Formats: sequence, structure tokens, C-alpha cells
Amino acid sequence: MTITENGPVLRAENISKVLGGKQILKGVSFTLKKGELKVLIGPSGGGKSTLLQCINFLIPPDEGQIYLDGEEIHIHRKRDLYAYRQKVGMIFQDFNLFDHLNALENVSIALRKVKKIARKEALERAMIELERVGIGDKANLYPAQLSGGQKQRVSIARALAMDPEVMLLDEPTSALDPELIGEVLAVIRNLAQDGMTMIMATHQIGFIRTLADNILFMQEGEIIEQGPPSELLMAGNATRVQQFCAKMNELYEEPEI
Amino acid sequence: MDWSFYAQELVPALNQGLVKTILLIIPSASIGLLMGIVVGTLRAYGHPLLRKLGDGYAGLFRGTPLVVQLFVLYFGLPNLGIYLEPYTAAVVGFILCTSAYQSEYIRGGLLSIRRGQLLATQALGFSRIQSMLWIILPQAVRRALPGCSNEIVYLIKYSSLAYIITFIELTGEGKILATKYFRFTEVFLAIGLYYLIMVTVADFGLKKLEKRLYIPGFGKG
Amino acid sequence: MPEAFLVIKESFPYLLEGAGVTAAAVVGAMFFGLIIGVVLAVLQVYGPRPLGRLAGLYIWFFRGVPVLVLLFLFYFGLFSLIGVNLSAFTSVILVLGMTTGAYQSQIYRGAIESLPYGQLKAARALGMSDWTAIKNIILPQALRLSIPGFSNEYSIILKDSALAFVLGTSEIMARTHFVASRTYQHLPLYVTAGILYFILTWLGVKALRKLEDRVRIPGYSHHQG
Repeated sequence: MTITENGPVLRAENISKVLGGKQILKGVSFTLKKGELKVLIGPSGGGKSTLLQCINFLIPPDEGQIYLDGEEIHIHRKRDLYAYRQKVGMIFQDFNLFDHLNALENVSIALRKVKKIARKEALERAMIELERVGIGDKANLYPAQLSGGQKQRVSIARALAMDPEVMLLDEPTSALDPELIGEVLAVIRNLAQDGMTMIMATHQIGFIRTLADNILFMQEGEIIEQGPPSELLMAGNATRVQQFCAKMNELYEEPEI
Repeated sequence: MDWSFYAQELVPALNQGLVKTILLIIPSASIGLLMGIVVGTLRAYGHPLLRKLGDGYAGLFRGTPLVVQLFVLYFGLPNLGIYLEPYTAAVVGFILCTSAYQSEYIRGGLLSIRRGQLLATQALGFSRIQSMLWIILPQAVRRALPGCSNEIVYLIKYSSLAYIITFIELTGEGKILATKYFRFTEVFLAIGLYYLIMVTVADFGLKKLEKRLYIPGFGKG
Repeated sequence: MPEAFLVIKESFPYLLEGAGVTAAAVVGAMFFGLIIGVVLAVLQVYGPRPLGRLAGLYIWFFRGVPVLVLLFLFYFGLFSLIGVNLSAFTSVILVLGMTTGAYQSQIYRGAIESLPYGQLKAARALGMSDWTAIKNIILPQALRLSIPGFSNEYSIILKDSALAFVLGTSEIMARTHFVASRTYQHLPLYVTAGILYFILTWLGVKALRKLEDRVRIPGYSHHQG
């Protein structure tokens, strides 16, 4: 695996968040370099999903700063916030496709209404993205007519169409039937190989082993271990990551990708 | 059967009444729907105090008979020195009542939209207005439409109550004629037929609209 | 308005009696409607095609004509045309019953169609005739599922019953109108009438919710099948 040494794209500093009286994030910091795939793992309830949603301010952090290309993002400047979110793609666990739009419209709506691109151009671009994730033939189907794996691929195409600099993936395969996980992971693998900068929460250990550049292990709102998989997952290293992955492997059988 | 009664008396009278009925329905249905959308949106997303107020309003007008509401407006308000024309009282009563029902459907439609839809728009950089306009409302309207259509059909029928507060529309014209000639069955059957046609046409148009807006699988989850 | 209070205080027992008449009319109409509704629904789902069509025609008619027009049509017209002389009260029960029957049939039909087809198949497999199966297997399930819809229909018919005063039935509205036209206290009196309707709605809905709980089958819900 080659790690291209590039400058930082996204930097999160000291992110804290209290929700419902509970400290979910306790001053989390990390840096995403260009073309890097960072993986967030750890027990559920450890704050992975909250951290990802704090990064694009779907949940506003109580403390901390986010920098994109070295510039701090200010949540109170609405215009800046919307512009920033366009550059940060997000993939949800439960897809959140727009229920009243077909696949093609789902991918093109933000191009047309947010980026104000002409309809024809937007549709062409959307079609390219659908083909890129392998479901060009499903362009006219509505969310209710798609399988879970297809829905998730549409949602990836929807994010890609915005030309994001960074993508946040919040357990993109955990709502899928086991036989559908492979098709989504394959799309993400291609993105990684094409040099997309990504941070992804996941439980797919096999995937992490082969593709992640870096692992962040989160527990109780803190990053307690981090490093490349070659280090953290090496047999004999008594790391928390190692223990956690061993347990996950016992629980789930993973599809080959 | 004497055809001259139908041709020279009944049909002209009912047609005249029909015009009056339509003059009742169109402003009541359109303003009522608009007001229902405003009240329904307030009840779904408004300030807690406005929400309570809206709930109270809807509860009041849905919990009492329309005749009682019309009587309060037409016979009751003069006690406070407010006098309304029969037509005004009828239209105001219909608007207040129908908008209470419409607000219920709009509110239900808005509340049924999953939170993830809003999250996804935010993640894509939609502004609040953009997300309301292109994602939330198109879904809410589709969910509320069957209920709203039904309410419009109800309003067409209940417009007949205007006759009770002396605004002589379709039912009123018919009643006068039936009493004068003592021909109740045929006159009221004819009136019924007028309403049936109005209701069927409205139903057909609204169903057509629903079909145009139909999305496979939408609203079943 | 001390005078208004006096009028309401004095006429309240009289109005309350009217509430009794209203309640009786509505209960009668709802039961009559229940019978009509079940027959129409069964005909529409299981009946031979011509009868199903006929049921559809009935529903179309009663859902398309205003209650006020139906009251006039039957009381002044059709009932005497076929030679029966009915009191206003009976006419109101019959007309409201026929109307709600049309609406109720839609509720029962929806409930019947929501049942899994396997229920009827299993009953037939045990050698039941279709009628036995409908009576003993389908309807007991469908009617339980229909209680919320029935409750809705109750509150609609209760409000429609206020129109009965045009025929001179001495229910809430007629009595209120009578007192108001003598005392000129229209506003307070009609507000009182509104409150009586509110209470009747609340009582009925509450009673039906109790019934729903009482006949509930453990673990059985609308989401089956």
C-alpha cells in the first residue's frame, strides 16, 4: 500500500459535545491528509457517529474548531456553513435518500438547487456518478424500489456529485443485509484507490486491514489508540484495537472483497 | 310526468342555486386550505405557545357541529353588536371549520417526514428554505393530499348548511320549490343529483392530481 | 352578563334532556350503520359481482349527497312515498344510520382486506363454509381493527345529528334554538350547546377506547400480515 504524503485537508481540534447531560465527546482531535482513509472503530456508544456529525455541524460541537484547507469554519456564518457542507460529503447509516425523488433526481437535486447548475448538466453529471457506483440502470427507480445496497450506492453517488474534498462515512454498511455489504464496500474501495480523502466509522475489520491508512480507536468519547493497521493489528501487539478486532471477528463473518 | 315543471321551474331554480353554492365553495375551500397550511405548519414547527393555540383552535372547531358554529356567527354575534350578512357568516364559518380539519392533515404530513431527510439536506449544504421548498414540502403535501381532498369533498356537501342561516343556495332554492309545489321526492332527488355530480367531479379531479403526484412505494414506510 | 347566566341556569335541565335525545339518536344510528356497513363490506369483498356493484352504488350515493338533503328527501319524500309514516326521531336514526353505514362499510372493508389471506384459507381447509368463516374468523378480527375508525365515525355522526332539528326533533340544537328565540341570549346558549356536543364526543370516544382495550387480543395488532 502506498501512502502519499500530502498536506492536511481537514483538521478537527479539541471537539467536545454534551448530549442529554452526558459527555459524548471529550476533546477529540485528528487530522485528515489528502488521499487518506482513516477508520474510526470502537464499541458502539463510544461517540463515533457524534464525532462525524460534529465535523459537518449536523450536531454543533460545544467546543473545538474545524479547519478545511487550513481555514476555520464558523458555524454562525450561514453562507460559509452551507458552502463548507457542500465540500464535505456525508454517507449515513440509513441512507436518507429523498423518498419522493428517483435515483437520478436524488443525485441531481443538490446540484440544481444548491449549486444552481442547469438541469440538463446536472442530470448528465448525476448519471455519470450513478454509473460510477454501478447502478446506471436503476436511475429511474424510486428509493422504495431499491435494495439496501443499491440505496447506499445512490447515496454515495449523491455525495460524489458535489465534488467533495472529504467524505464522512457513518457505518455505511451496518444497516445492510450481509449479502449486500460487499457491493457497497467495493464502491468505497474504488474511491480509496482513486485517492478520495475519507473518514469512516465501521465494524468491517477485514476492510480495515487491507485499506485503512490509519485507525482511530474511540471509546467513551476519546481516541485512546491510533496508528496504521500494520502496527495496531500486528499479531502479538497487545493493543485495544487488537482485542476489539478479535472480538468482532468472532461475532461476524465477513464477506470477501 | 309533467316536463314543464322540470324545464321551467326546477332546473332554472337549481341552476341559480348552484351558482350561489359554487360562490360559497370556492373562497371557502381555497382560503380554508391556505389557512390550514399556515395553522398546520405552526402546529408542527411553531413556537410552543403558538402550537398550543393552534391545537386548541383545531380541537374547538373539530369538536363542535358546524351548525352550532354557524349559529354562533349568525345569531350569536349580534349579542355583541356584530352583525354579519348570511353569505359572510357562511363563508367565515366554512373557512374556520375547514381550516381546522385541513391543519390536521398538513400537520400530520409534516410530522411524518423522517428526521434523516432533513439531516441529508443539511449534509449536502441546503439552506433551510431550500430544504423546506425542495424536500420537506413536496413530501408533506403528498402525504397530506388524500386527507385534504376528502375535506374539500366534505366542504362541498356541508355548504348546504348555509341554507339554515338563510343564505339561499342550491338546497335552499330546492326547499322553497319543494314546499311550494309539495313535490319533495323529485326535488330533493334532483338536488342530490347536483351534489353527486359536484362531488364526483371534484373527486375525479383530485384523484387525478394524486395520481400525477404518485411515487412508487412512497408513504408506505 | 348576569341575565345570560340566569337563562342558562334555568334552561340547562331542558338542554340536558336534549343531550339525552341526541345521544339516543346517535347510538341508534351507529348501530343501524354498523349492520348496513358490515353487509356492504362483505358484499364488496366476497359477494358476487353484481351485488358488489350495487353496494358500490349505495356508497357512492350516500357519500355524495349532503346529510341535510338526505334528511329532507327521506322525511318529506321517500318515506311517505312508500307509505310509511315515521316520526322525525325515527327518520333521523334511519337517515343518519344509512349515511354512516356507507362510510362504515369503507372502514370494515379496509380491515377485512388487511387480514392475511391465510385466515380464510385455513378456515376453508377445516371445512367451514365461506359464510361460517366470515362470521367466525374474519369479522371478529376485522371488527376489532375497526374500532378506531368507528370512533371517528361516531364523532362525525354526533355532529351531523345537530341537523336533525330541521325536522323538529327535540334534540340539543332544536331546544337551544327554541330557548334562544325566546330569550335572545343566542351567543351564550349556542356556546353551551357547543360544550354539550364536546362532552358527548369525549364520552363516546372514551367509551370506545375502553371497548377497544377490553376486546384486545394479546399480541394482536394492525401490523400483522
